[in-house]
Amino acid sequence: METQTIAKEEIGEIAEKSVKSQEVSGSVALLEALITEGVETIFGYPGGAIMPIYDALYDYNDKIEHILVRHEQGGIHAAQGYARTSGKVGVVFATSGPGATNLVTGLADAQIDSTPLVCITGQVFAHLLGTDAFQETDVINITTPVTKWNYQVTDANELPEVLAKAFYIARSGRPGPVLIDITKNAQIQKFQFKGYTSCNHIRSYRPKPIVRPQYIQQAAELINSAKKPFILFGQGVILGGAEKEFQAFVEKSGIPAAWTVLGAGAIPTDHPLNVGMLGMHGNYGPNVLTNSCDVLIAIGMRFDDRVTGRLDKYAKQAKVIHLDIDPAEIDKNVKSTVPVWGDCKETLPLLTAAITQKTHPEWLQQFHDHTKQEIDLVIHDELNPTEGEMTMGEVIKQLNEITKGEAIIVTDVGQHQMVACRYAKFNHTRSNVTSGGLGTMGFALPAAMGAKYGAKDKTVVAIIGDGGFQMTLQEMGTIMQDQIDIKIIILNNRFLGMVRQWQELFNEKRYSFVNMQSPDFVKLAEAYGIRGKSISDREALPETLQEMLSHKGPYLLEVMVKQENNVFPMVPQGCSVAEIRLK
Amino acid sequence: MSNFNKTELKKVLPTGEDLGGAKQEFNITVYTENQIGLLNRIAIIFTRRKINIDSLNTSPSEVESIHRFNIVITEYEEVVRKLCRQIEKQVEVLKVYYHTNEDVIWQELALYKVSTDVIAEKVSVERLLRENGARAVVIRKDYTVFETTGHREETDNLISILQPYGLIEFVRSARVAIIKDSDGFNSKIREFERLEPGEDVIENEFLNDGDKVFTM
Repeated sequence: METQTIAKEEIGEIAEKSVKSQEVSGSVALLEALITEGVETIFGYPGGAIMPIYDALYDYNDKIEHILVRHEQGGIHAAQGYARTSGKVGVVFATSGPGATNLVTGLADAQIDSTPLVCITGQVFAHLLGTDAFQETDVINITTPVTKWNYQVTDANELPEVLAKAFYIARSGRPGPVLIDITKNAQIQKFQFKGYTSCNHIRSYRPKPIVRPQYIQQAAELINSAKKPFILFGQGVILGGAEKEFQAFVEKSGIPAAWTVLGAGAIPTDHPLNVGMLGMHGNYGPNVLTNSCDVLIAIGMRFDDRVTGRLDKYAKQAKVIHLDIDPAEIDKNVKSTVPVWGDCKETLPLLTAAITQKTHPEWLQQFHDHTKQEIDLVIHDELNPTEGEMTMGEVIKQLNEITKGEAIIVTDVGQHQMVACRYAKFNHTRSNVTSGGLGTMGFALPAAMGAKYGAKDKTVVAIIGDGGFQMTLQEMGTIMQDQIDIKIIILNNRFLGMVRQWQELFNEKRYSFVNMQSPDFVKLAEAYGIRGKSISDREALPETLQEMLSHKGPYLLEVMVKQENNVFPMVPQGCSVAEIRLK
Repeated sequence: MSNFNKTELKKVLPTGEDLGGAKQEFNITVYTENQIGLLNRIAIIFTRRKINIDSLNTSPSEVESIHRFNIVITEYEEVVRKLCRQIEKQVEVLKVYYHTNEDVIWQELALYKVSTDVIAEKVSVERLLRENGARAVVIRKDYTVFETTGHREETDNLISILQPYGLIEFVRSARVAIIKDSDGFNSKIREFERLEPGEDVIENEFLNDGDKVFTM
């Protein structure tokens, strides 16, 4: 008798949990799956082939927040921004055909920057596949090179398992974008939904290896005997959630550490062993001294060509220890002496335990000496100009003084991006959102929207050039409609500045199509009901920034900056990092 | 200001020496799940790098439900090693191996269609069959189809023999290759199916035996 009662209660509980034992449509199963995966925010744009999902979404308004963007590219960049600040999987909805193809740039960006995304695209009815139906496009094949995994669902019965795999693949191992294309019939189809179980194993997929102690040991021996060791760290530290482990390693080893653009913020800018940025427009010391160190410890970074400069002259004297979760990155560009394949959340503590506590004061002093040179020849004038037009650097410096490194800085691509990454202060991880690998102009405005949803209690400042802003400015509409509280700074130099810089330096100032006329950005903001201001006067900068940051709601600030200013230092393409130029 | 000129470009581009000797044929063996779209995912790893696939064969493997790709390319070993890592990175790929021709037993099958009249008049069919290990698959009034199995040189050889006699049609299959030094995949697959896999599956053995057989 008693057992029967329990059984009844259990059945009641299971039935109550959700619609699990019922017959539901593919669309409802999809939304139930998203809820179980902890999805709170979706960025999307409806259309014919995804209408059943949007119809189901109508009843889920209280459970999932959906942000209607103005263009699918805006949607996917927003999801990227969301994923980058929250550490969760970003979710995008788009319809078939043009809706799906508009995702491609964002997918490529997320793929190269290892951003976890699940994109859901609608597709024509399964029986119409291959007939050139209205808004039909071969989404799976178009997106194959730019996704970690993709799959076309033509039967609703497949949906729960496929979605579970999608989320597992997107966020595990080296994260990346996943696209699930769902034909309209599968969205409508009613099926027996047995509930959603998240995935934790796919037999052909090994997100991370078992760490092998012998490599940790070899790495520790190299580090312990090194006279001039040097750490390079990238976004892998952030993606692995290993910031604390990393800081402990840096502090115990006493080794100077420099970051890639995407690694910025993994340890605070002010950390005494943080010696600055790597790469083409990175700091002087880290670049020059790469070719002087004896042991190079690369952590969660992939030796991008913008970091290494000319490879055959890159750190040839050094023994290389490479920590990475992706075995395809080990020995891809730079041969490692000791490969430490694994999740740095696991490998770093083991390595920290195996090394001896040390300091390298003389070696660290070399970095400081280079910094002093860089300050004298570049940084001082960039940050403290007294006459002429404003520089990008002084805007970032003023911003730092108000935000004190607490804000999330989202940047677009070009000169302003390099300046912002060089000079912005980051106290916290996941504070720097930018398009690193793909260099996608138009990234910042939509990414900032998503960044805000991913970190609602933080100040989000988007720093964008006049060129990049005009690539995705339609998202001003989204910002207006949802009153997304982001602060937009347009650094307007009336040029496509980075291309102009190259044309000045390498093409004898033949300025070929880099001169750009812009609309009145303040009026544009006004048209969207967004408060805006434009300044060209140095004296107005601090108070205007203050006004912008204390304003409740979105704000657009245009700062007119020096037209022909160059970002230095610079490693010219084809040169070694040691050949970095200060002017 | 630019230090970048054409002579420098030559230095920047990797040479055969940097990439481990000369280009040679490599046999890439890929064990995969049977999944639509995977062929494309693997093929674009080559095409993206503008590498031509000399031969590609997909077939079942010794393990039920596991497919096996045999891919032949002519490249530097260092390039092949990197390609294999990119292939193994794909979610539905279980394991990738690469081998030189010496490390595998390989065969290709070829069919030749020749006019029966010509054959009957001008050559001793018997001698032809014996010398080239060929056998007649179909003999009709109007044409005869021969088949040989063997290495590229062998199947090529018969083309040149038959060409003067009016070879009507020729076709050669993709290469299939068996790895000499392999215990097969049956034991490995059980490891893959475990939630906590053992070392031999999950470890990148190449780190130990980097110079020998590629496997991760």
